Amino acid sequence: MTALTTLAASVHLASVETIIAAGVFVVLMLGAFRGDRSLVPLTWVGVGILALAGVHLAIVPHGGATGFGGLYIGDAFSTFLKVLILAGAAASMVLALPYLKTTSTGRFEYPVLIMLSALGMCMMVSANDLLTLYVGLELQSLAAYVLAAFHRNEAKSSEAGLKYFVLGALASGILLYGISLVYGFTGTTSFTALHGIVRGTATADIGTLIGLVFILSGLAFKIAAVPFHMWTPDVYEGAPTPVAAFFAGAPKAAALGLLLRVAIGAFGGMTLDWRQIVTFASIASMLLGAVGAIGQTNVKRLLAYSSINNIGFALIGLAAGSREGVAAVLFYLAVYLVMTLGSFLAVLQMRGPDGEPVETLAALSGLSRTRPGLAAAFAVFMFSLAGIPPLLGFWPKFAVFQAAMDSGLYVLATVGVVASVIGAYYYLRVIKSVYFDDPAPAFAPTDSRVNTGLLTAAALFCSPLGMLAITPLVGAATRAAAALL
Amino acid sequence: MTFPVLSVLVLLPLLGAAWILLAPGGEDARAANARVTALVVTLLELALGIALWLTFDTSTAAFQFVERIDLFAPFLSWHLGIDGIALMLIMLSVFLMPFCILASWQSIHTRVPEYMAAFLLMETLMLGVFASLDLFLFYLFFEGGLIPMYLIIGIWGGARRIYASYKFFLYTLLGSVLMLLAMIYMVSVAHTTDIPTLLTFDFAPAAQPWLWLAFFASFAVKMPMWPVHTWLPDAHVEAPTAGSVILAGVLLKLGGYGFVRFSLPMFPQASANLVWIIAVLSVVAVVYTSLVALVQTDMKKLIAYSSIAHMAFVTAGLFVFNTQGIEGGIVMMLSHGLVSGALFLCVGVIYDRLHTREIAAYGGLANFMPRYALFFLLFTMASVGLPATSGFVAEFLVLLGSFGASTWLSAGLTMGIILGAAYMLYLYRRVVFGTQERKEVLAMPDLSGREIAILLPIALAVLWMGVYPTSFMVPLRAPVRNLLARLHGAAPRPENTVVATAAGTRIALSGSAK
Repeated sequence: MTALTTLAASVHLASVETIIAAGVFVVLMLGAFRGDRSLVPLTWVGVGILALAGVHLAIVPHGGATGFGGLYIGDAFSTFLKVLILAGAAASMVLALPYLKTTSTGRFEYPVLIMLSALGMCMMVSANDLLTLYVGLELQSLAAYVLAAFHRNEAKSSEAGLKYFVLGALASGILLYGISLVYGFTGTTSFTALHGIVRGTATADIGTLIGLVFILSGLAFKIAAVPFHMWTPDVYEGAPTPVAAFFAGAPKAAALGLLLRVAIGAFGGMTLDWRQIVTFASIASMLLGAVGAIGQTNVKRLLAYSSINNIGFALIGLAAGSREGVAAVLFYLAVYLVMTLGSFLAVLQMRGPDGEPVETLAALSGLSRTRPGLAAAFAVFMFSLAGIPPLLGFWPKFAVFQAAMDSGLYVLATVGVVASVIGAYYYLRVIKSVYFDDPAPAFAPTDSRVNTGLLTAAALFCSPLGMLAITPLVGAATRAAAALL
Repeated sequence: MTFPVLSVLVLLPLLGAAWILLAPGGEDARAANARVTALVVTLLELALGIALWLTFDTSTAAFQFVERIDLFAPFLSWHLGIDGIALMLIMLSVFLMPFCILASWQSIHTRVPEYMAAFLLMETLMLGVFASLDLFLFYLFFEGGLIPMYLIIGIWGGARRIYASYKFFLYTLLGSVLMLLAMIYMVSVAHTTDIPTLLTFDFAPAAQPWLWLAFFASFAVKMPMWPVHTWLPDAHVEAPTAGSVILAGVLLKLGGYGFVRFSLPMFPQASANLVWIIAVLSVVAVVYTSLVALVQTDMKKLIAYSSIAHMAFVTAGLFVFNTQGIEGGIVMMLSHGLVSGALFLCVGVIYDRLHTREIAAYGGLANFMPRYALFFLLFTMASVGLPATSGFVAEFLVLLGSFGASTWLSAGLTMGIILGAAYMLYLYRRVVFGTQERKEVLAMPDLSGREIAILLPIALAVLWMGVYPTSFMVPLRAPVRNLLARLHGAAPRPENTVVATAAGTRIALSGSAK
């Protein structure tokens, strides 16, 4: 009986994941029998399932209860990230519909794969064991590999899928190797146990340390932190735009959340050891993301470098290693998710006369004359990504700098602000094209009211009006961070 | 609850901008609506500003009209309030704005609604800077001003507008982010973002130089001080006339305001120890940029360089640690705001007619544009610092103050005055005197009613400030006295007690009379 109650409690703890898993099968079966023409209703069913899972987040325990023999944890930290993941996944499903239709890639697997990926991400952020982490990460990644190659008739998309798969598999291997080392030297894979062991030893065991380095490397690949970022521009460029939008959003949030949990939750006692690694990755990402973007002529590649750059800033908060730092990262992720989804929504509006996608920066020239609303949205997202106050995108950067300064990381913060100035240059380039240049041929008018609505909502959120969201967002992020530290 | 006058003052232009952008109608109707709305809003702002001045209590250094809402916790709060220094700079801003709108009435004919909205947005951000009592709210307004100015230069600017807009944006951004770090540090030490509290907080002497330098990086770029001034000539030359006016009239004052509000009172020891940086850079700037101004062939560029020289007077004055110097520095800011703004408007007048800024293209204007020549002469003289103009009061006070600190500093600054007279008179001679044969130049009409309506009020203000500066200095007294009390003990050498004999100096000395 007790075994049953324990199981019931564990399933209850993982009810969000259970709902998504059950929903995936329903959608898959419906799709298999009804075919691709049911893509639109299936997408909305998928959104409904994710929404249902989201509602459940309020019910499931999030006070730090563990389940499945300590493999799984439900705390405020995972809840915060799951909200981001579900929102990001749902938005990515909806915003893809017009694109899938015009490029005749409208297959019913699209919502299924996104949901599977979301399931994996939810597992990742709730992982309390290195193996749960691995399983969740693989589930997320495998779905993502397929998504990258979703436009299967196009060579670029297949190339993106293959690149992503090969490099991703390599990263998974590195991660798994690290996990085995840690297990070998500490005798456990549980975060709770690791936390106790690592804290207990006065000096870090060299084997554990090497294992940790491998684990961090594997995770750095998933968040596209330098020096494991090479796949990002190619994959973003090659993958269908809505897929790139998805990649840039929720999976980054999930993987960075996971990184936080591993670094602070499991290896919190080794902060001084991993801080230098994170600091390096942070500085390198910020600088390379800023410099690498300067020469880009493709908007999607530019946004890929922008995401590398932004992850570098978010890592500053992790390097701080304090509760404020974690809260800053979570706040950063929330705002980043909206900014990046919004930017891609704006890119999705770039369509030639026949509705075909356009991706060059030059095509944006003079957009402010032909589509003033879209131009304003671009300006909001670019200034926001560049971190110029009073746009909302400034405040997460501010929060991570504040955390770094409080932790005495003055050099890191200084490099960070300098990198933000370098980065501002290429965001300004986009605005320059949009506002200063003579008009290029106009884009086709918008083809989806839902996307226009989403775009407007995202732009309003990133505008100074979004500052009204600071208090609740930071409050939630601080409570979530308190669960870790 | 009292009427939140500062919030209204700050947010009203924003509402106007929103209405201009969202107003329906055809292109012409929207443009007309934009012009009228912008003018009405800026005039309302001016009226509000005058009301503010009339009800302002000049006897105290405390912040007035304070309002506070903890809207964006934990990062910042909506906390506004002004002292006399902020009041005068707010007055300068609201005074210049209607003329900017009027000056753009006809010269801007593309994308009028966006243009007017950008200017109103600019006004919100400038007033916000002067009215903020929260450290990060200040930063938000300070930095946010980059966005509209970037767009104004980039969209409506001249041939090299894109280069100039980038340079303007990135230069000032780099300076500001270092200040941001210093602010974050200050808040982490003092545990408050409240400026009045920070003004009395004593930061550790070891940390002060770093904080001071970080703030200096930002304000020196904004001022701009030599050698980080190079963005200014580019930005001025490429910006549309009204953009130049706002840039010279108000945006450059943000740096000086920053020195008075932050660097001096918050880091008094560092200010005293590092004053040599300011003194050296100021003297170099005065002499060097004046020499550069002498050889310019572009009118706007010449005035831009003269702005840098005048701003060096401001920094020199602010950092001599006595009443005359600080008051002189602030009056110089006000005077320069009016005079250089007016000079840019004067250039704009003839630029609108001939579409060139080359000095060589003009000449002999006195013969067929006498009214123009008169106004231009008045502002040229004010820039040179002729008695009975605002420039004289400012330069005299700064020199008097600097004489107490160092005679070498005074000598250097005086060189600048001589050179200033040289380049301004040289400019005036080349543009206005001589003879003119070219038909298209001779065909230029004299000032229109609209243009006189723009220049006359500024001319009157310049004369008023030159003849009876007390009106403008009364609000400054209490805050400056307060500032000096804060600096006392940190000053590099005892306060100068030279009693000047010239009648004009009584104004200055009465402020420090014990």
